[in-house]
Amino acid sequence: MSDQNVDKGKRGFLIGATGVVGGIAAAATALPFAGSMLPSERAKAAGAPVEVDISKLEPGEMKIVEWRGKPVWIVNRTKEMLEGITKSEANVSDPKSNEPLQPEYAKNEYRSIKPEIAVIEGVCSHLGCSPQFKSVEAKGEMGMEWNGGFFCPCHGSKFDFAGRVFAGSPAPVNLRVPPYKFVGDGKVIIGDDSKEA
Amino acid sequence: MVSPSVFRILRAAALAALLLPVAAQANEGMRLQPAPINSHDVASLQNGAKLFVNYCLNCHSAGYMRYNRLRDIGLTEQQIRDNLIFTGVKVGELMHVAMDKKDAKEWFGAPPPDLTVITRSRSSGAGSGADWVYSYLRGFYRDSGRPTGWNNLVFENVGMPHVLWQLSGQNTLEKKVFERHEEAEAAFIAAKTLARLDKVNESGSDGKMTTRYVLNSIVPGKGTMSGVDYDKAVVDLVNYLDYMGEPARLLRRQIGIYALLVLGLLFIFAFALKKAYWKDVH
Amino acid sequence: MAAAEKQPVTITCAGPLNGVASGLLTWVDQRFPLMSSWRDHLAEYYAPKNFNFWYYFGSLAMFVLVLQIVTGIFLTMNYKPDATQAFASVEYIMRDVWGGWIIRYLHSTGASAFFICVYLHMFRGLMYGSYRKPRELVWIFGMLIYLCLMAEAFFGYLLPWGQMSYWGAQVIINLFASVPVIGPDLSEWIRGDFVVSDATLNRFFAFHVIAIPLVLLGLVAAHILALHEVGSNNPDGVEIKANKGADGHPVDGIPFHPYYTVKDTLGVVVFLMVFSIIMFFLPEGGGYFLEYNNFIPADPLKTPPHIAPVWYFTPFYSILRAVPPMFNSQFPGVIAMGVSTLIFFLLPWLDRSPVKSIRYKGPLFRAALTIFVVVFLILGYLGTEPTNVWGQFGAWLGNADRATVVARIGTIVYFLFFVLMPWYSTIDKCKPVPERVTW
Repeated sequence: MSDQNVDKGKRGFLIGATGVVGGIAAAATALPFAGSMLPSERAKAAGAPVEVDISKLEPGEMKIVEWRGKPVWIVNRTKEMLEGITKSEANVSDPKSNEPLQPEYAKNEYRSIKPEIAVIEGVCSHLGCSPQFKSVEAKGEMGMEWNGGFFCPCHGSKFDFAGRVFAGSPAPVNLRVPPYKFVGDGKVIIGDDSKEA
Repeated sequence: MVSPSVFRILRAAALAALLLPVAAQANEGMRLQPAPINSHDVASLQNGAKLFVNYCLNCHSAGYMRYNRLRDIGLTEQQIRDNLIFTGVKVGELMHVAMDKKDAKEWFGAPPPDLTVITRSRSSGAGSGADWVYSYLRGFYRDSGRPTGWNNLVFENVGMPHVLWQLSGQNTLEKKVFERHEEAEAAFIAAKTLARLDKVNESGSDGKMTTRYVLNSIVPGKGTMSGVDYDKAVVDLVNYLDYMGEPARLLRRQIGIYALLVLGLLFIFAFALKKAYWKDVH
Repeated sequence: MAAAEKQPVTITCAGPLNGVASGLLTWVDQRFPLMSSWRDHLAEYYAPKNFNFWYYFGSLAMFVLVLQIVTGIFLTMNYKPDATQAFASVEYIMRDVWGGWIIRYLHSTGASAFFICVYLHMFRGLMYGSYRKPRELVWIFGMLIYLCLMAEAFFGYLLPWGQMSYWGAQVIINLFASVPVIGPDLSEWIRGDFVVSDATLNRFFAFHVIAIPLVLLGLVAAHILALHEVGSNNPDGVEIKANKGADGHPVDGIPFHPYYTVKDTLGVVVFLMVFSIIMFFLPEGGGYFLEYNNFIPADPLKTPPHIAPVWYFTPFYSILRAVPPMFNSQFPGVIAMGVSTLIFFLLPWLDRSPVKSIRYKGPLFRAALTIFVVVFLILGYLGTEPTNVWGQFGAWLGNADRATVVARIGTIVYFLFFVLMPWYSTIDKCKPVPERVTW
């Protein structure tokens, strides 16, 4: 056999063409494999929006509901608690909620749709512990600067009642606000903020 | 390059493989009627889904099927919630059944089977699973000897009553006895409704064996639906059951065509590549 | 002339290497036999140039092995080896997992494809005498792979926890109960319970996903190393190493890479086209690849009217059923079934023919092999059917099932193929073998 008649260009082209088409086929085959690791229909069903009746939630009370396996706090904030949020303005690291950790409609001082009703994911933005509710009266424990909010027992991060993190806490950013909407009288749907009823 | 002996072996093997199934066709019995279903007919599938949740889902579960999967057959989540869910479960839930398994066992002798993959499990050499269910749903007849008052031509002594009887009317069974096999076979082929041919061996008083052939056929009753409408309803229901057995089937075939197209292209290049290199080999 | 004899010994496949890459390559090569492995097994593994159609199935079997391992890994991510959840988890994969049905069908179709490739690969060995000296170990490793594959398929078939899974396993495990003295205890030990149960499912899962695959991979490596030590056989059964050129390479050999890599790539593409047709359009394989009864969840209280193993076991299952119980024991049948698979190990020593390939063997061997293949297929078919499938003979034969009689004759012929081989292969009139491969 001889190399004289070898058409290197043709071979190169064919290797390329086979490689490209084979690569496309391989990538397409990889798709269901990668996709199979996405949340399944069961996970989606389990993570479906949760409807919560808050008509009986007294001012100052907090309710914890589970959504997508995470605790979500619903707090009926009193006037005092709302004032505490305003007072904490100077001490929190992101008072204007510039980090996109809330839906657009909750990018305000109280980080909520209605000022008194707070809906916040109870998962510390540091390492995922669940912070605890600390009332305005907890100054003895939390220091004289304390105006009420949440305290993470794992590494001592502090948040106000809008879920904004205090400067100097281990947690880098504010707590997340999930998508939610109010429906009918005294009901809130967590996980769904679509316009349709 | 392949030696002729190899071909000879292959030919013999192929011949043997071809002849075998022919020899196997010997038994008489049930002739399933092919279900005239069309898995692209969305209206039929939607009607079938409605019939399914209304008539079947009270006793049978479809425990691997989620309600919101019905988006496949052109329904919105709102439509599913409004028209197909009676138990107040969420639209992402599985089609479970409220009936207690123990109660069911007491009432019917065995708990009603889950229907999610019923058409897949009922396939056989006699026909597809859809054919079986189609024939089964049209094979009920009045039988006072059964606890439920119903029997079935396809599924002898079935525990399930004829749930759709108000629609179909009370069918009855007609038996015709034939002495000769040819006559029985001819009547069987000519039968307009669902029929089954049985071979009965009887020993007379003198101890001699005689063989008779019994043709069982369904005589339609009169229900709220006409015969044609009832058949259409059963077709829709079977169509839905068939879809539910493998919701991804249409997508599967579609992807299959794309896969073959890509592989076809790949074949052309791979073939040319092989040729280009093997030019060297003398 | 041999293909790449003028090519330099260094890497021709990697193309022009830039400084960094070749530097890295040198670094690795000083610590790991990368380039020498590449040369020994691909670039300078000289394979006979006259491979025909039958020589695709080895590489295809390897391809399917990889496919099974990859799809298997992804299936285990969602499968639950738990008697109360197994069946549902398979349907969960088929419906709720994105792309899950593709992975599951790839795996279930792949199982049958694996056996098709392996059976054709073995038949190739039978035709061309690939088991003969010096390739006895290649054959033995191959047979061990085949046995592992059967174990792997058997364990895997229980996992969907359908009626066929359950009762198939029940029947096969009960075979062990027929072993004299220790049988009943043995079968209980295998099941870990008095019937096939959750414990059985759990251990079968362990065997299927890790124990057997590890052994299988090791054996595949041994199979290929042994092959590359002695060199490939070919349709003429001529040793190409006996005829070397001035460069020390076999004159009738060509480097595996690129010649057989491009050829096997083509083979894989054609295979995938056939595979896709089955997987996307006939995933149940007419009830042979996915048995219909297996869409009914396992029910320990209700045996299906007809239990048949999956098609790739049926020739041996036929032999099992064909042997009548002796001394009130099924054990002779079990022995016959075991021997029918193990007897292949002896082929290198049973075949006394002076030639390897069927091309130069005489009419006796050709006839024997043809009959063997036909009998194998008939036994395979009968194993999928109940024994009354062909009706009964008349009173003159004791109203025996026709199929059983045929299976018995088939079983005898099956064994005679092996037992008589030393005789008929010796007296056969062989043709002269050429010096060089035919091309």
